[in-house]
Amino acid sequence: MKKILVGVKRVVDYNVRVRVKPDGTGVALDGVKMSVNPFDEIALEEALRIRERGQANEVVVASIGPADSQQQLRTALAMGADRALHVQTDSTIEPLGVARAFLKLVERENPFLVIFGKQAIDDDNGQTGQLLASLWDRPQVTFASRLELGEATARVTREVDAGLETLDVDLPAVITADLRLNEPRYVKLPDIMKAKKKPLETLSLADLGADTREHLRIVRVGPPSQRTKGVMVKTTEELVEALKKKGLF
Amino acid sequence: MIRDAEALNALLATVARFVRERLVPAEPLVDETDEIPAGIVAEMKAMGLFGLTIPEEYGGLGLTMEEEVLVMFEMGQTSPAFRSLFGTTVGIGSQGLLMDGTEAQKSRYLPRLATGELIASFALTEPEAGSDAASLRTSATLSGAHYVLNGTKRFITNAPHAGIFTVMARTDPQDHGAGGVSAFIVEAGTPGLRLGKRDRKMGQRGAWTCDVIFDDCRVPATSIIGGIPGRGFRTAMQVLEKGRIHIAAICVGVAERLLRDALRYATERRQFGQAIAGFQLVQAMLADSKAELYAARCMTLDAAQRRDRGENVSTEASCAKMFASEMCGRVADRAVQIFGGAGYMAEYGIERFYRDVRLFRIFEGTTQIQQLVIARNMVKAVS
Ligand SMILES: Cc1cc2nc3c(=O)[nH]c(=O)nc-3n(C[C@H](O)[C@H](O)[C@H](O)COP(=O)(O)OP(=O)(O)OC[C@H]3O[C@@H](n4cnc5c(N)ncnc54)[C@H](O)[C@@H]3O)c2cc1C
Repeated sequence: MKKILVGVKRVVDYNVRVRVKPDGTGVALDGVKMSVNPFDEIALEEALRIRERGQANEVVVASIGPADSQQQLRTALAMGADRALHVQTDSTIEPLGVARAFLKLVERENPFLVIFGKQAIDDDNGQTGQLLASLWDRPQVTFASRLELGEATARVTREVDAGLETLDVDLPAVITADLRLNEPRYVKLPDIMKAKKKPLETLSLADLGADTREHLRIVRVGPPSQRTKGVMVKTTEELVEALKKKGLF
Repeated sequence: MIRDAEALNALLATVARFVRERLVPAEPLVDETDEIPAGIVAEMKAMGLFGLTIPEEYGGLGLTMEEEVLVMFEMGQTSPAFRSLFGTTVGIGSQGLLMDGTEAQKSRYLPRLATGELIASFALTEPEAGSDAASLRTSATLSGAHYVLNGTKRFITNAPHAGIFTVMARTDPQDHGAGGVSAFIVEAGTPGLRLGKRDRKMGQRGAWTCDVIFDDCRVPATSIIGGIPGRGFRTAMQVLEKGRIHIAAICVGVAERLLRDALRYATERRQFGQAIAGFQLVQAMLADSKAELYAARCMTLDAAQRRDRGENVSTEASCAKMFASEMCGRVADRAVQIFGGAGYMAEYGIERFYRDVRLFRIFEGTTQIQQLVIARNMVKAVS
């Protein structure tokens, strides 16, 4: 059984304008629309395409989070995943804890490929994939924009500052998806109904025996500083002058 | 039928995303070319939009009226021409078959309607019979095991795309009223069925209408919906009653879109040193629109819920269609006003909506016909 494991995180929808709670402990989530992290949708789309090409037999999605995360897992099942694992917890788990929990899932499921989004759009940590690869002691390729699978290796193109970099890695491996890897499909409406009948297993962190102790403490969450009004310049010379004054040129 | 908050939310979110990412960016192109791009049509079919109201056993989603209304609120957030393409299959074109058809008729057509392989049209209106639909003249004469149809149907939505037509025709020439009318399923391509040239319209470009002409068109006698002659007008009226709630929902959706665009413009556009949203005369237009929109949304949902509970909603459906379509017209007019000169210019898209929504007060029963239905029901109840 060739399995792919895909991480799916429940995050605030990308169209929502988030507001910081007045006490500075986080952002207000009451009544806010939640969705699948967009990079995770790309990760799932890639897994589904691999399965549809016959290079995998099963796509398993997993989410670590509150009971409501099941909504996002159902969406993933409606997109085409075969099975879902929900590790239910109401506390915030930091990336290391998530990676440790995923390591336990990897040991259970034995996937030949784990695909995550390159980051979650809520915390923008971008660490889970890297941490898992290291704990699992397997190769990783982050920010993938193209993925070709061979028998025992994968050729992955990744977007770096200088351009594109292509790497070959041995499988099993961890890959994190960038924006241009693919364009996720629209869910077929009847599949939303069918997803209700697909298997979704709920586990606890205790069941997995994963160590999710906290190492980070959030000191304060604040809104970005207001942009100050710009100045209009008339000529390029003036622009150069203004930049020089600011020590930027 | 979904009746499950989680699945319904997933469905609405999917439709909303499709509208936002695929349909809204294509609005100017559809208006310019008078055609919905083939790629979008294929996506609409693949998504299952044509099967929204077809029962699950025939491959559709079997949405309740309330669920259908919620989907239409989302679909209304873009040019109504998109809705029109699957609207007749989800609504007036297929509902007669669904409500009164025989099992053989349903299993022959519904599965292909649900996938969008077949598009259904509803052919009631004629050159001489619009609001007074019961006076229709298209004749269906029994000849052996067939009926022979003769006559012309006018302004038939999606006729150029249709695979089947629900056609109301007079089977009893002695009965000049509603009792002489039967409803038929006629397949496109039947010899004697011909289409007129595409109508040039004021708005909703991309949605097509034309005449459907029957010239000694022979259809099997088994094509009468439900197999019993003389029931066609009743079938058509039941279909339109449901269709009115659907149209009311689209009106609410489009008005929401227009008001959102108008509000954004009002907060960005500055005159006399301030955003025009700060002027109380502009605020009055925004506030009136908001309140009327809220009323229409509540009416439409209430009518839908009552229908789902099995109540007779003849009055409520007409109230919702009349109020929501008139409200939508007023909101569109105010949106043009708030945009000022830009509202009159094609580039901003507001004038396109203004033209598009004018139709809602006319088809599926004009405002005046809704008034007649409402008042007749009121008078009947006390006499
Ligand atoms: C874009 C478009 C798409 C359409 N699609 C379809 C379709 O798919 N299938 C279909 O069968 N039809 C369709 N129609 C036809 C539509 O339903 C009719 O145009 C509508 O019912 C009005 O009929 P009419 O045009 O003959 O107007 P008329 O009935 O001639 O009405 C003209 C005016 O007189 C008023 N009036 C009429 N009778 C009365 C009365 N008793 N009391 C007070 N006022 C009255 C009307 O309200 C209206 O203001 C479509 C029309 C359009 C424009």
